[in-house]
Amino acid sequence: MMRAEPLFPDHKGPAEGPVLALTAPLSFWGGVDPATGRIIQVRHPQCGRSIAGTVLALPGTIGSSSSSAVLLELIRLEIAPAALLLAAPDAILLIGCVVGREMGWRPPPAFRLDEAGQARLPAGQILILADGEIRTP
Amino acid sequence: MPRDAPSKVLHMIPFTSFPAHHSLHIIPCRRQPAGEKNQNRQKMTLTLTPEERAMLADEAGHAPALALRIVAETARLMGAEKLIPVASAHIDGALYHGDSGTLFAERLVELGAKVAVPATLNVGGLDLACGAKTRLPPHQHDMAHRLMMAYEAMGCEPSWTCAPYQAGHRPALGSDVAWGESNAVAFCNSVLGARTNRYGDFLDIACAIAGHAPYYGLHKPENRRATFMLDCSGLSAALRGSDVLWPVIGTLYGQEAGTAVGVVTGLAGFATEDRLKAFGAAAASAGAVGLFHILGVTPEAPDMKTVTGGAENLPVIPVTPERLAKARGGLSTTQSSAIDAVAIGSPHCSAEELREVLQRLSGRKVARPFYACTGRHALLALARPERQALIDAGVTLVADTCIVVTPMLAEIAGVLATNSGKFAHYAPGNTGYAVRYASLAECVDAAVSGHLANETGAWS
Repeated sequence: MMRAEPLFPDHKGPAEGPVLALTAPLSFWGGVDPATGRIIQVRHPQCGRSIAGTVLALPGTIGSSSSSAVLLELIRLEIAPAALLLAAPDAILLIGCVVGREMGWRPPPAFRLDEAGQARLPAGQILILADGEIRTP
Repeated sequence: MPRDAPSKVLHMIPFTSFPAHHSLHIIPCRRQPAGEKNQNRQKMTLTLTPEERAMLADEAGHAPALALRIVAETARLMGAEKLIPVASAHIDGALYHGDSGTLFAERLVELGAKVAVPATLNVGGLDLACGAKTRLPPHQHDMAHRLMMAYEAMGCEPSWTCAPYQAGHRPALGSDVAWGESNAVAFCNSVLGARTNRYGDFLDIACAIAGHAPYYGLHKPENRRATFMLDCSGLSAALRGSDVLWPVIGTLYGQEAGTAVGVVTGLAGFATEDRLKAFGAAAASAGAVGLFHILGVTPEAPDMKTVTGGAENLPVIPVTPERLAKARGGLSTTQSSAIDAVAIGSPHCSAEELREVLQRLSGRKVARPFYACTGRHALLALARPERQALIDAGVTLVADTCIVVTPMLAEIAGVLATNSGKFAHYAPGNTGYAVRYASLAECVDAAVSGHLANETGAWS
C-alpha cells in the first residue's frame, strides 16, 4: 500500500483522478494556462497536457512566485488538479490552496510524496484518502 | 473605476461564512505516516506569541486576522516553529492572472486592510505611466485595473516594478523581509544580503498586513550557506566582461541549483549591478533559486570559508564551453534570422540600460517593434531629451508592466529577439513568439535591420 503525507488535507472525501506524473519541475506561472489548465511551457516534457482534474505529481516547482495566483485561478474556475502530490512542501503552490479555502472555493488537497514514491504511482485513475492512503478504484 | 468602488461579489459572501475561519491547525502537527520511508523531516510545532494570538482573534481587526491566518497556516505547512517580524515587503500579487486575484485583493480592501510595513509593488497588468496598449479584453482590462487600485488602496507604494531594488527599496544587510517576484527575491537575498524566502502571491501581502512572516528557509542563517560551487574561472576575461554572458551563467546556475544555494567563482572584478540583476533573473527562471553567492562580489561571500560555513570539499561544477553552449542554446527556440520584434527589460531596465540603447541606436530608427520595459523610477532618472530621443527612434517605452505578463505584442507567430534570460524563458509560453537570445547590441541592430545574424563575437 502506498501512502503520501497529508499537507493540506480535504476531509470531504477521497480525491480521485487520473495520475499525471510530471517528469520535470514546472512553474505554474508561465507554465500552465490559468484559463484552461493546459501546460504551455514549450520546454516542458508534458507541454500540451491538461492538469485539470488530475492527480498531479510534481517532482519540483521552479520559477515564478505568481504560481500561487495561477493555482488560485484554476481553483476558482474548478479546473485545478484533483490533488497535488509534491516531492517537497512548496510554499508558493500551497498558498494558492490556503487562499482558495479562505475565499470559500474548493482547493485540491495536497500531499507530500517523494520522487521515488511518485515514480511508483500506478498509471490511470487513483484515489487518495484524507490520511494519504493511495488506492486504485 | 474608482478605487473605492465596491465589488458585488464581496457583498455576496460575508466574511463570517468563510469555512476557513475555524480551520487553522496551529497546534501539534501530524506525525510522519507509517509505511513510507521516513523522510527525516523535522516536524515542528508552530508557537505563536500572545500578540500574534490576539491578532488571530480579530483584536486588530478582520484584515490583520485574515492575513495572519494565511501566514500562520503557511508556517505550519512549511514546518516553521515561529513567526518573525519583517521590515518590508515587495508585493507580486497585483498582476492580473484571472479574476480570483482581484476578488481576493478587494476582499482585503473591504476588510480595511493596510500594510503594516513599507511595501513596494511589482508589475501590474497595465501600463498606467506610459500608456502602452495591451490587448486585454474589456472585462480583463477592468479587473486588472481594479486589482492594481486595490493594492494601492492598501497603502502599497505604486512603484510598479520588478526591480524595486533599483527604485530605492534596498533593505539592510541581515534584515528579514517578505519579498515576492523571483528575480527581486534573488537580488534581495544575494546582492543586498537581506533575508527573504520566495514569497508567493498572496503570502507577500499577507505578511505585509500582518507585519510577520514564517521563520524558515532563507530567514535562517544556516540555510544561506553554499553547498556547491560553479566555477567560471576557465572563461576568457573578455567573455566574463560581457553583459551577454550573465543570463547564460544564471541559467546554468539555476539548472544546477534547483533549490540549493551555490557559490559562483571566477567572476570577481567583472560584476556590475545590472549584470547581477540579469544573472539572478535567469537563475530564478531556470530553478527555484532564492539565493546565490558570487565569491568576492556578494556580501555573504567575501571568502570560501564564510560562504560555506567552513564546509570543505564542495562539489565543483566547472563551466566548460560545452555546458555554456548548451545553456546558451537553450535560451533560443529558433535560429531564424528574421526578427519580428525586440524586447528588453526583464528585469526592468535601469536608466543606464536605457541610455545604452540610445547610444547603440546612435541616431538610427527601429524598423521592428522594440519594447523597452522599465519602471517609473528609471524613466524619471532619464532627462526629458533622452526619453524623447528613444521615442523618436521608434522605441516603445513600457512602464509598470512588461510584454510577458500582459498581452502587448502583435498577435502573430513571430520571432522575438531579447537580451533577457527571463524573457527568453517565458516568452514562448506566454506570448506565442519563438525567441532568439542575443546581446543588447545585436538586439538593437536586429530592430533596425529586421535581421539577427548568427553571432560569434564574445563567445568564440
